[in-house]
Amino acid sequence: MPLAVRDASEPAAAASRRILIETHDVRFGYDREPVLEDVSLTVAAGEFVALVGPNGSGKSTLLRILLGSLRPDGGSVRIFGTDPGVFDERWRLGYVPQRPTLASEVPATVAEIVTSGRLSRRGWWRPLSSADRVAVAHAIESVGLAELADRPVNTLSGGQQQRAFIARAFASEPELLVLDEPVAGVDAESQRRFSDSLTHLIREHRAGVLLVSHELSAVAGIVDRVIVLKGRVLFDGTPTALMREGVSLGIHREDLPLWLEGLR
Amino acid sequence: MTAAWTFPFGVDFMQRALVAGLAVGIFAPVIGLFLVQKRLSLMGDGIGHVAFAGVGAGLLLNVWPIWTALAFAVVGALGVDWLRARRRVAGDVALALFFYSGIALGVVLLSIGGGLNTSITYLFGQPLTVKPSEIAVILVLGAAITVTMWVLRRTMFAVVTDEDWSRAAGLPVDGLNSLLAVLTAVAVVAAMRIVGILLVAAMMVLPVASAQLLARSFRGTLLVAICVGAGSVVAGLAAAWFWDIAPSGTIVLAAACVFAIVSIAKRTAPRSLRQEEHA
Repeated sequence: MPLAVRDASEPAAAASRRILIETHDVRFGYDREPVLEDVSLTVAAGEFVALVGPNGSGKSTLLRILLGSLRPDGGSVRIFGTDPGVFDERWRLGYVPQRPTLASEVPATVAEIVTSGRLSRRGWWRPLSSADRVAVAHAIESVGLAELADRPVNTLSGGQQQRAFIARAFASEPELLVLDEPVAGVDAESQRRFSDSLTHLIREHRAGVLLVSHELSAVAGIVDRVIVLKGRVLFDGTPTALMREGVSLGIHREDLPLWLEGLR
Repeated sequence: MTAAWTFPFGVDFMQRALVAGLAVGIFAPVIGLFLVQKRLSLMGDGIGHVAFAGVGAGLLLNVWPIWTALAFAVVGALGVDWLRARRRVAGDVALALFFYSGIALGVVLLSIGGGLNTSITYLFGQPLTVKPSEIAVILVLGAAITVTMWVLRRTMFAVVTDEDWSRAAGLPVDGLNSLLAVLTAVAVVAAMRIVGILLVAAMMVLPVASAQLLARSFRGTLLVAICVGAGSVVAGLAAAWFWDIAPSGTIVLAAACVFAIVSIAKRTAPRSLRQEEHA
């Protein structure tokens, strides 16, 4: 299926926004096997960008490059205008890793997990202040887990645990949220809460969101831009433009996964 | 002075054993909690093997074995952490090579220095003969471990619970892993005169195992583990006094009994109580 690399209907307003993530012609390979070729993308403040692609398309590799745990073979990467390898204001970037459940040997409450998210903002060696505790309580409330704050995380459902991890990312009051497959295997109620939380983060705090997922039906109504990756960027535009290619994000839940599968 | 002590802790050597033992009963579970969460429950056991080589070196060189054991244990702990972090060789095999080489080196050094009999005190522990100078070292090292872990408890919790996320959040994961390894080595050496190199890991893990079953939070587990650790020391020393048996063994057996009782109580508790716990 021929795809437009750039969608002409992309909101012009994005160009004037503050850029949080910017990659330009990024290349990367494992043992001479190219994984990413000339990947250029941006995520601006207040923008919700979904990064999708079939298995093996390089999504995880790109995420690791953005987080600074891998260095690209070529091209440039900037997080808040800084090289990710030396970016030290980590609290500005909230990260939700791909994980269905927490394998905790020792009981740990939702509040304890979410408090971890405050450490990078407060300074990991400093004691928590009352403002930190308020931020943690607010983060827990924003994902609808206030009543479960004192419950051990490993007694919660997968969806509730995932919301706890999202609250952990919220706790530092990030300007950019990066989520890796956050709704995989999560129940409908948690998906709705998840969507509400992201809307709140974008509207109230003008944060940018980069979500990596196979399946976008839970957030179909709030995605500003979809980037399709398969080693290189195959599509970068609005959900409406993607719809013109015959792919809907929200009407038929299986549309996007089936279409991505066809790209392999 | 002695009037303040309850029987059987009315005699000097029992009081010294109690003071040193209580310190171990507190700091060993504090370190153990983070090792259990990191799935490195037997780290203390392995580092003890390396510390044994330090005991051998100390007796051979006529240096106080606590210092040489500390040096060997810290270097060994950092080596293990380095191997674990870089996955240069298969984890278990590498650790086994490291640890058993340590104990073999200890045996060789002791045979050269003629200290095999003395080493029994360090292998199996003997709190009833602990000297004031040794108590001072145990208290100072124990205080350093407990205060450091208390100050860094939230950060250390984040790192041992979710290392990848902690790295992305900018926490100094490598430095904190190394710190945990070093403090584990310090705990092993500080506890070896009381419970012995062969049983030190038990005092790190067993109180935590009981506390896991009773508490509902990480903080709660820490506090319950400290209570179980300290209680096991008191009960173990008392049992050793009444039955005239080895106190290091009775201390650890007391901790094991607590775990057995808690496990059985949890299994046989009315279903309604267990459900309430998860409600």
